[in-house]
Amino acid sequence: MVPLSYYLILSGILFACGVTGFLIKRNIITIFMSIELMLNGVNLSFVAFAAQWHALSGQVFVFFVMVVAAAESAVGLAIIIAVYRTRGTLDVDRVNLLKL
Amino acid sequence: MTPNLYLWLIPVLLLAGATINGFFGKRFSRQTVSAIALGFSGAAFLRALWIAVEFSSLTLPHTEVLAPWIRAGDFRVDFAFYLDPLSLVMLLVVTGVGFLIHIYSIGYIWEEDGFYRFFAYLNLFMFFMLTLVLAGNYLQMFIGWEGVGLASYLLIGFWFTKDSAASAGKKAFIVNRIGDFGFLIALFLMIKHFGSLNFEPVFRIVSGMPGEVAGAGLLTSIGLLLMVGAAGKSAQIPLYVWLPDAMEGPTPVSALIHAATMVTAGVYMVARSHVIFDRAPQALMVVAIVGTLTALFAATIGVCQTDIKKVLAYSTVSQLGYMFMACGVAAYSAGVFHLMTHAFFKGLLFLGAGSVIHSVGGEQDMRKMGGLRHYIPWTFWTMTIATFTIAGFPPLAAFFSKDAILWATFSSPYGSWVYWAIGVFTAFLTSFYMFRLWFLTFFGEYRGEAVAGHGDQHLQVVGGSRAGASAPHEHGHGGIHESPMIMVVPLVILAVLSICGGWVGMERFDKFLAPALHSGATADSSKQTIPAPEQKEQGGTEELLTGISVLAAASGLFLAWLFYLRRPQLPEEIAHALGGFYEAVVHKYYVDEIYAAIFVKPLINASTRILWQGIDRDVIDATLDNSAEGAREVSDTMRHMQSGNLRSYAGWIAAGAAAVIVYMVWTGTR
Repeated sequence: MVPLSYYLILSGILFACGVTGFLIKRNIITIFMSIELMLNGVNLSFVAFAAQWHALSGQVFVFFVMVVAAAESAVGLAIIIAVYRTRGTLDVDRVNLLKL
Repeated sequence: MTPNLYLWLIPVLLLAGATINGFFGKRFSRQTVSAIALGFSGAAFLRALWIAVEFSSLTLPHTEVLAPWIRAGDFRVDFAFYLDPLSLVMLLVVTGVGFLIHIYSIGYIWEEDGFYRFFAYLNLFMFFMLTLVLAGNYLQMFIGWEGVGLASYLLIGFWFTKDSAASAGKKAFIVNRIGDFGFLIALFLMIKHFGSLNFEPVFRIVSGMPGEVAGAGLLTSIGLLLMVGAAGKSAQIPLYVWLPDAMEGPTPVSALIHAATMVTAGVYMVARSHVIFDRAPQALMVVAIVGTLTALFAATIGVCQTDIKKVLAYSTVSQLGYMFMACGVAAYSAGVFHLMTHAFFKGLLFLGAGSVIHSVGGEQDMRKMGGLRHYIPWTFWTMTIATFTIAGFPPLAAFFSKDAILWATFSSPYGSWVYWAIGVFTAFLTSFYMFRLWFLTFFGEYRGEAVAGHGDQHLQVVGGSRAGASAPHEHGHGGIHESPMIMVVPLVILAVLSICGGWVGMERFDKFLAPALHSGATADSSKQTIPAPEQKEQGGTEELLTGISVLAAASGLFLAWLFYLRRPQLPEEIAHALGGFYEAVVHKYYVDEIYAAIFVKPLINASTRILWQGIDRDVIDATLDNSAEGAREVSDTMRHMQSGNLRSYAGWIAAGAAAVIVYMVWTGTR
């Protein structure tokens, strides 16, 4: 059986990748994907714990997260399309009408 | 059960007039405005007359409580109206003279801008004055007291674009405030010690108190504080300075407010509070001394004034001094008698002076008048009557009232021959300066620049350049001219009153006022009017004294004739001989300058340095400015967080999350 720590380390790496991508990438799509990566990193740790402790609540939680992520991606993609249509770009540094 | 007289209706009528003219007068024609002003004041006068007719059938004092006003524990003040012989006299004087002056004003002020404003203020003044005289308690009296001060301020500053008028109004108001302060403290003392401000309970309580013959106590303090109030309103030393300056107002205002009615409010108040004064001989003595000094002091200043209205102003101060002199020797009815005749003849003098000023196109300097009797005969004759009246020639009104005062100062238990001597000397001075005015204005050659017939252009210029100091009028084209009928008629009526006003006689007047002025005095037998046998005994003295005062008046006339008609160079020689004293008198004893140096300048300096620059600018403003500046600086730093840059938001979120994690790890939270 694969030890729990491996899952957690992988989960941490995935989450860190997500955070890094979220911070350094300019393209909104990429940022969006980074968010998904973070969510899935968290999901991984949930299911790992669920498997380890034989507790279903972790898996139930993952379902919730997935539902929310699905809804979020539907709304998020719609916003991204709207931004692209009005601004003609997906570069977040240029989506800066609110800037000082 | 006496009938309800609806006394509140009288003041409210005038308030209605003031409100209508004040709010809508701008859209009305002049005719409508005058009709409203005259209608309401005339209605009030008729109502007052009607009450006077019914008066004998009333049980006195007649009190009408309208509504409760203040209730705090046992203390209670109502909206109440109070009628007794004293307030009836005041009521008739105020409404009667007020109505006549309303008529006169229509002619005088016709060409002015702000015609409606003038009448709104005039009605407002009458409203407050009637509130004052009909009040059933001291607090309501105080409302009227303050209100007439306000109306006086508004009317003195009627030509508010003129700097001197605006500051004269301010001066009147501020000096009056000093007096009002004393009045207020007296009211507080009454609340504290008597628990009421209504006349009846206060007088009942005071009547039960012993007279403070030996030492000064509560009643003396209240009396003195009331006198401070009276000195402010009635222009007595040391607060008289505002009245001469108040002559900046239109002349009808000077006649109504600063001669006939408002300035006599102090006399009315002292007479009304006689129960208190009767039991405070020291306060009474202060009243007498202040009155006597004021009478003399103002009369000497009046001798050297050249502005026709200023002479009359100082004369008013001096006559008010007489009234206080009378009150101060506990001869309140004599004071009120003089108040009444003074309202007639001084109102007439001011209206006559207004007519003179009107006729010469706004000139107020008597040295530039002269020989006017041919041009303005009506004014001349009515002024002549008024001049002889104020000088105290029999059988004119002021002869009786002034004689009553002088006799009272001599014979009253509180009196002294010193008061009498100063009174007679003042009577001589009064006669002198009034005939000086009369000779300078109406006799000799016309000394003005604009001569009748070919002074048309010039009159216009004079009228215009004084920018409303006069009434620039359309019929000013004919040079010197008589005033229109609407101004002459009130003059004639007042002249008749000045002649006949005193014929009622002191004894009958005293008897009439007795219920109001002697009612509470039973505890103090010395206060009673002089018993009849004594009067007979002193009859010879009285006649002698009367003779002396008439002689004083006649010598004043003679001296004025000698100085100003017969040998016009004489005054100058005498002035020269007197040197410094004359200078001092011409400059009104430098009182204004002294007040400026002692009170006004230090106050202004202190206000500027401490209150404005110190407290207002450096504390209050500085606090606000600095806190605003601080908030601005903090937000200036903070706003960089809200950059509008999505990635920096992301960074903040990540940093925040990291901080939370670090915190949890650090503290070991699970």
